[in-house]
Amino acid sequence: MASGEVKLIGSWASVFVMRARIALHLKFISYEFLQETYGSKSELLLKSNPVHKKMPVLIHSDKPVCESNIIVQYIDDVWNSSGPSILPSHPYDRAIARFWAAYIDDKWFISLRSILTAQGEEETKAFIAQVEERTELLEKAFIDCSKGKLFFNGDHIGYLDIALGSFLGWLRVVELDANHKFLDETKTPSLTKWAERFCNDPAVKPIMPEITKLAEFARKLFPKPQG
Amino acid sequence: MAERSEEVKLLGMWASPFSRRIEIALTIKGVSYEFSEQDITNKSALLLQLNPVHKMIPVLVHHVKPISESLVILEYIDDTWQNNPILPQDPYEKAMARFWAKFIDEQICVAAMNVVGKTGEEKDAAVEATRDLLKFLEKELVGKDFFGGKNLGFVDIAATLIAFWLMRTEEIVGVKVVPVEIFPEIHRWVKNLLANDVIKKCIPPEDEHLRYIKDRMVKLNIKPA
Repeated sequence: MASGEVKLIGSWASVFVMRARIALHLKFISYEFLQETYGSKSELLLKSNPVHKKMPVLIHSDKPVCESNIIVQYIDDVWNSSGPSILPSHPYDRAIARFWAAYIDDKWFISLRSILTAQGEEETKAFIAQVEERTELLEKAFIDCSKGKLFFNGDHIGYLDIALGSFLGWLRVVELDANHKFLDETKTPSLTKWAERFCNDPAVKPIMPEITKLAEFARKLFPKPQG
Repeated sequence: MAERSEEVKLLGMWASPFSRRIEIALTIKGVSYEFSEQDITNKSALLLQLNPVHKMIPVLVHHVKPISESLVILEYIDDTWQNNPILPQDPYEKAMARFWAKFIDEQICVAAMNVVGKTGEEKDAAVEATRDLLKFLEKELVGKDFFGGKNLGFVDIAATLIAFWLMRTEEIVGVKVVPVEIFPEIHRWVKNLLANDVIKKCIPPEDEHLRYIKDRMVKLNIKPA
């Protein structure tokens, strides 16, 4: 089951693609990284993900798996005897990790992205306040989940670390754009320390995009209105 | 000695598809539970305490610890009680099951709700959008009794939202979103569901359910057809 060619359709800038790459690195899996060109979608992508036509898509022995958090769990299932466990072992801890991973995508990320597309100062302020509130919840979640250890998952990075940590590059880009810090030592002391540890993890460091390059890409994706 | 059923408590609501999913899963597993009917228009202190983030049902409480979000709860139930598995064992099939369940909640549910209260061209467009999404599920059912194969599985449980909420309310909404001519496999699957003992036990009674939906639409100022 664990043998068979592994390909990943994605892009250097995508948070969701990064999740899959971190999981593959944690399990020491070699894979072919098929980078999409910005502005167009390859035939392979459209064929492998006809429902959403989005990256990442993991192709394992010619079978496509879509949706970043589903890919991460698939990698953990298939290569369960390789590297550390990505999902927590206890069912309750797993449920909590899944709960917060869903929260990050459904609520936290949506507010964060809204800052980049906000029209005018009032709207921007409102979304900033929303992200502040939601980040505070994640600070508490970290304290609960980590139980005094280094990561949400304990001693090693895991599912929830990957779910949130993959956003750290983009979070920095939004902080610079909005001139507002969401992670800092006074407001979110635990998450701030965790963020640094996460970015320096050997499975993460080689693929965390450079902030200036990401900021430049963000300006292309989210052009500012004139004036 | 404490009653075993007190260990598992479900905060739910009789007409909610998300709440009913949990009842189906617990029934498949043969797990006794205490059901606590919640008034979602006047949320209890208990609900707000157990789900402070979303303040929504369902919430499963097991050994005093609360779990929220229906798909998260379903996975927890499958992880905790290993008899009658809900998710496939094969990692690829498991990934596909998770994919379709997410698709139902994030795409189909949203598209179907978008049909309600619309008229004319807007309604037609909303119906078309919903049908385009349902066609993916139609394909998945070819050659199978259920999404899970021979038995009810994770996707079937999630998709009861389509069978007993979307399809039941078609008359009230005023359009057949899921006609049998376009979706013969889905209709065949619904018949299989209705013949299943767990489903029969766990879905809201039709007449009462339709009355409830009509009432809600009136309260929300949406004209039933």
